Amino acid sequence: MMQWQSLDAFLSMGGYGFYVWLSFGLTAVCMAVELVLLYARQNTLDDGEQT
Amino acid sequence: MRINWYRFSSPQTFYPLAGRLAPWFLGVAGLLAVVGLYISFFVAPTDFQQGEAYRIIFVHVPAAWMSMFIYLVMAGWSAVGLALNARLSFMMAQALAPTGAMFTFLALVTGSLWGKPMWGTWWVWDARLTSELILLFLYIGHMALQSAMEDTRRADRAGAMFALVSAINVPIIYFSVKWWNTLHQGASISLTKAPAMAHAMLLGMLVMALAFWAYTIGVALMRVRCVIKDREREAEWIDEAREIDEASEVEQ
Repeated sequence: MMQWQSLDAFLSMGGYGFYVWLSFGLTAVCMAVELVLLYARQNTLDDGEQT
Repeated sequence: MRINWYRFSSPQTFYPLAGRLAPWFLGVAGLLAVVGLYISFFVAPTDFQQGEAYRIIFVHVPAAWMSMFIYLVMAGWSAVGLALNARLSFMMAQALAPTGAMFTFLALVTGSLWGKPMWGTWWVWDARLTSELILLFLYIGHMALQSAMEDTRRADRAGAMFALVSAINVPIIYFSVKWWNTLHQGASISLTKAPAMAHAMLLGMLVMALAFWAYTIGVALMRVRCVIKDREREAEWIDEAREIDEASEVEQ
């Protein structure tokens, strides 16, 4: 079942593309940044362990 | 086989367990997110009233649910911590706060991004939006309170009391759409239409919510490890400082 006629139609989201993609994008970015920061924090803790 | 659960309430034994569990929860979160996104964009049909803009709910509603749920879990850990004087419980509450704040922020921003095209405004001071904004301040307040106190025992107790008392805001948020005449729509989002449509939308929301849930557990486990390590360091550092102090006193 494919409801999008084209890639353009998918990206434009019936004219609401800006709002829809910014919502999903911002959510993804926030979660990714949190993970990266946590991995970095964990690594610095592990580094300290070895010295 | 009997597992001694009590054993895991010690930070030292929980530390490696959390490290082993975290990647699994994050992996499950990733898989659920892929399925959830597929449903959100390719299975769930266009809403006849809101067009494609309604798809924002697939991140907005799970984020808003998590923002409230995490605060209740924090209050729960705080209660356990205060009742049993369990250090790890306080640490769990502390580890959850930043993620809760992030989901609150996301719920507010994605709600705003939905409100602009649908209501014609980014923000209104109605009960639902205002109480959710207060929740963000409560998360920030909890983190500030926790980090403001030098003595971790006092900080834990103060943070726990704060979380317990302010958790009253969560039911206020949840029921705000019933108690007050708000612009924000009620709990059921156009689910009264054709059943197939309602099911796909509801399923998308639930799968995304489960993804966020697994993500939160994974991230909280990672952060609680950092908190455990940080506190261990601090304790060692204090011990060393005390030894140096005592040594210098002996010299004098």
